[in-house]
Amino acid sequence: MLHIFCPHCGELRSEEEFHASGQAHIARPLDPAACSDEEWGTYMFFRDNPRGIHHELWDHVAGCRQYFNVTRDTVTYEILETYKIGEKPQVTANGKQNSAPSTVKGQGEKV
Amino acid sequence: MSQTYRLASGGRIDRSKVLNFTFNGKTYQGYAGDSLAAALLANGVDIVGRSFKYSRPRGIIAAGTEEPNAILQIGSSEATQIPNVRATQQALYAGLVATSTNGWPNVNNDVMGILGKVGGSMMPPGFYYKTFMYPKSFWMTYEKYIRKAAGLGRAPLQNDPDSYDYMNQHCDVLIVGAGPAGLAAALAAARSGARVILADEQEEFGGSLLDTRETLDGKPAADWVNAVVKELESLPEVTLLPRATVNGYHDHNFLTIHERLTDHLGDRAPIGQVRHRVHRVRAGRVVLAAGAHERPLVYGNNDVPGNMLAGAVSTYVRRYGVAPGRKLVLSTNNDHAYRAALDWHDAGLQVVAIADARHNPRGSLVEEARAKGIRILTSSAVVEAKGSKHVTGARVAAIDVQAHKVTSPGETLECDLIASSGGYSPIVHLASHLGGRPVWRDDILGFVPGDAPQKRVCVGGIHGVYALGDVIADGFEGGVRAATEAGFKATTGTLPKTVARKEEATVALFQVPHDKGSKGPKQFVDQQNDVTAAGIELATREGFESVEHVKRYTALGFGTDQGKLGNINGLAIAARSIGITIPEMGTTMFRPNYTPVTFGAVAGRHCGHLFEPVRFTALHGWHVKNGAEFEDVGQWKRPWYFPKAGEDIHAAVARECKAVRDSVGLLDASTLGKIDIQGPDAREFLNRIYSNAWTKLDVGKARYGLMCKEDGMVFDDGVTACVGDNHFYMTTTTGGAARVLQWLELYHQTEWPEMKVYFTSVTDHWATMTLSGPNSRKLLSALTDDIDLDKDAFPFMTWKEGTVAGVPARVFRISFTGELSYEVNVQANYAMGVLEKIIEAGKQYNLTPYGTETMHVLRAEKGFIIVGQDTDGSMNPDDLNMSWCVGRNKPFSWIGLRGMNREDCLRDNRKQLVGLKPVDPTQWLPEGAQLVFDPKQPIPMDMVGHVTSSYAANSLGYSFAMGVVKGGLKRMGERVYSPQADGSVIEAEIVSSVFFDPKGERQNV
Repeated sequence: MLHIFCPHCGELRSEEEFHASGQAHIARPLDPAACSDEEWGTYMFFRDNPRGIHHELWDHVAGCRQYFNVTRDTVTYEILETYKIGEKPQVTANGKQNSAPSTVKGQGEKV
Repeated sequence: MSQTYRLASGGRIDRSKVLNFTFNGKTYQGYAGDSLAAALLANGVDIVGRSFKYSRPRGIIAAGTEEPNAILQIGSSEATQIPNVRATQQALYAGLVATSTNGWPNVNNDVMGILGKVGGSMMPPGFYYKTFMYPKSFWMTYEKYIRKAAGLGRAPLQNDPDSYDYMNQHCDVLIVGAGPAGLAAALAAARSGARVILADEQEEFGGSLLDTRETLDGKPAADWVNAVVKELESLPEVTLLPRATVNGYHDHNFLTIHERLTDHLGDRAPIGQVRHRVHRVRAGRVVLAAGAHERPLVYGNNDVPGNMLAGAVSTYVRRYGVAPGRKLVLSTNNDHAYRAALDWHDAGLQVVAIADARHNPRGSLVEEARAKGIRILTSSAVVEAKGSKHVTGARVAAIDVQAHKVTSPGETLECDLIASSGGYSPIVHLASHLGGRPVWRDDILGFVPGDAPQKRVCVGGIHGVYALGDVIADGFEGGVRAATEAGFKATTGTLPKTVARKEEATVALFQVPHDKGSKGPKQFVDQQNDVTAAGIELATREGFESVEHVKRYTALGFGTDQGKLGNINGLAIAARSIGITIPEMGTTMFRPNYTPVTFGAVAGRHCGHLFEPVRFTALHGWHVKNGAEFEDVGQWKRPWYFPKAGEDIHAAVARECKAVRDSVGLLDASTLGKIDIQGPDAREFLNRIYSNAWTKLDVGKARYGLMCKEDGMVFDDGVTACVGDNHFYMTTTTGGAARVLQWLELYHQTEWPEMKVYFTSVTDHWATMTLSGPNSRKLLSALTDDIDLDKDAFPFMTWKEGTVAGVPARVFRISFTGELSYEVNVQANYAMGVLEKIIEAGKQYNLTPYGTETMHVLRAEKGFIIVGQDTDGSMNPDDLNMSWCVGRNKPFSWIGLRGMNREDCLRDNRKQLVGLKPVDPTQWLPEGAQLVFDPKQPIPMDMVGHVTSSYAANSLGYSFAMGVVKGGLKRMGERVYSPQADGSVIEAEIVSSVFFDPKGERQNV
């Protein structure tokens, strides 16, 4: 049950008040007609699946009904920051090391 | 003959309160303060069930949640049946009724036990997979019998009479476990003024202090517990939750606690009280003080009733005043377990011998036992238990731990209780729920919680701190730390004094060797699932080397006890079998819940009519009064049809359809989504999200629009009216309203924030009454003085403001039936009054209320789509034969245009929406039925489409349908076939989807 800081409401609220809307910072191409079918397909369907830092869009549907961005670690589910639409993340995968590997490498952990 | 195993004195029980209870039909007595397990043992009940696979007799082996065998069915009536209750966790109450969950004809004489004896060697791990594979068709039959033979308890067949609650909690510090570490932490945190929640799964706080020999400040440990609890009770920011298991550690310090408020009072909660409560806690900091479980040793026939954990023996003697036997043999690899022998001896019972696997133990407790004259055999262990339905003796032999061999023939000691201790496993479950794997520590021979990003502190046994003085200090320090991090000033206080002891190291012994190896008597690792050491070794030989595979192949740790006693022993045996270390083997994943949670607790109040929120229109009461049958549309209750006496749905729908087409009908359309859109950029915004053009829609006019996603597929539709140049009133489908609003906001906020446009949901604010039929104008004119309903004054697809039945209204001339129609919108609070006036005025026109079924039929006769019925996210406007609604030349690349222009959307032979007319007019095409061009082709057939909407009762007089067919729009007049599951085939002609009034004249009169 994530605890998410809504940057519009200015407080931490429970995950139940929000709706996740997928990867953030995917801008709609300004000239769709100039996109090939493949490029348009990439815009519509292809998304990153990182093990670690992920920037995603959330909507405070049961609150202020505003969208905002979240930087979340997909392994630990730690939320590193939330920021408004149009702003840039302070924490990125390049700037920060990915989450630490687990401390016990059992036989089941070959992946 | 009652309570022959009850000690004459002692125990935290009230001997003045005698409680009667029954087990397997026989009545026994116990005392207030007993657990059901203690009361059974006091009465000499040893066999409480039969094992899962081999049906071996099983008894109580533990005193807490880790109990694998005493899984009982509780309940004195059908409605109050609870399956799979651990007798060690159930407080005894007057009139408690318990039965074993298996064993036929009874636990003492079980028929399946013979199979286990004879067939045991033929039922190795993987038995079910290997034996019942062929013929494959027979698996479901086998499964029924396996389930019957091997099952646990049963679910009740009547509704639960109790209520259950949820409670949201916020605190600064949540402390899990109220043993010495947890109590110390709670004291430290609470004294700082922090909001503290202290939860413990047991009936009272104290944990190990409730049965320990240790003293605190020279007095019984329980005295300190009482003092601490009293102080905590006095602090207003402290919430104390006994009988409350913290069972799940979720993200961001969100934890769930299952509190059992009344299970100790009876099998039903007293009137006015809830039975269980689930606390959903968001904690600033969490202190994990869950302690450690003792591990049994694994040796031959260690599952025969009369084999117990050493610590459990102490608990039964000291806490419950019960001796589970008369003559004890203790087998141990550590100092701590000597307490069981000392407690037994102090209670006046006989300790036959202690077998210590270590070579030369000289710790304080060992010396104390020696001083009491107790026989200690070193470098020894119990290698097998004797007896079949109860322990009659223990064969103790010398062993070489390193070489894993028995080095002497040993001797058989006569006894009726064997207590074993293989060490302690910290209860790391909660710490690992979020995926962090625990870490092995050789110095304590146990796993402790690993590092984690959660804001938590571990104190006491959970991270391998075991000496009581250290535990309390650790707890206090942890509480200070948690409170400080949560922003409070916490100070150290005085800690109670403990007696220092010299405790020596444990030797790494999990499985006791046997002279006959795997051919010796079965050595059980997981008793609930009948997993033996030999079974685990076999699994590794068959190639299952990952601990997760070993678990699943052998069922180790699968049961309701989740392997609390078996898992560490099991993975140690697997590791040795493969030739790797225990840390290399690792543990399996830990997942919530730590112990089983009842369905009632999970459901809380969300059952019956509170299961899901239900939405009603302002006219609901009238529908109910007039006999409507309802259907669920999203969360809404919508009238489905209004049957008159003796009518079934078909008769009602036929009558309703006829009434609308002949005269006038009334539909409650209030549930459709309504979005108020305002702003100077509203018009441009509509252009971008709808498929058609909105630039030239004048004030006072309305237009139908199709909404597509970026892939060009239709996902919603509706009529939008122009209220002012900067003001529009959009309608959506009932089920799509919230989705569409979110869609509009998504694009406005993330793509086009520069546009000045605002959206407000007004679905609930307006009620909508649709009058539809040739007499609708006449009817409406009787209800309004200020709206000119003349055909030219009020044309089709326009709207007007005025009063209807004396109430301000917006009237829209839209039609979903193809008849002359007016949709009257009034503020919802006025709706019922307006409706009553409409009904009154409508009498002379046979005004007929109709529901969603008739609505579906009449629009289908006109070929109008219903999004979600005729569309499924894979159809674009061209597929739906609605190219007229597509503005391919709009300047902005609206949402859907680029998608519609993809190669696959422009190809021939896409599935297209057409009408389907069964050749036999009495046959009905099932919705969803697949269509083929040639019904005689071999299977698998080439499927060319499916039926989306189909109606037998309607105003046409023959069965008709809508469906999609490949290239359908060019196949008018051709035949398609719908093969049915019973082998029959329905033949239909592909026709225009507009079955009625093809020129659309009737809506325009």
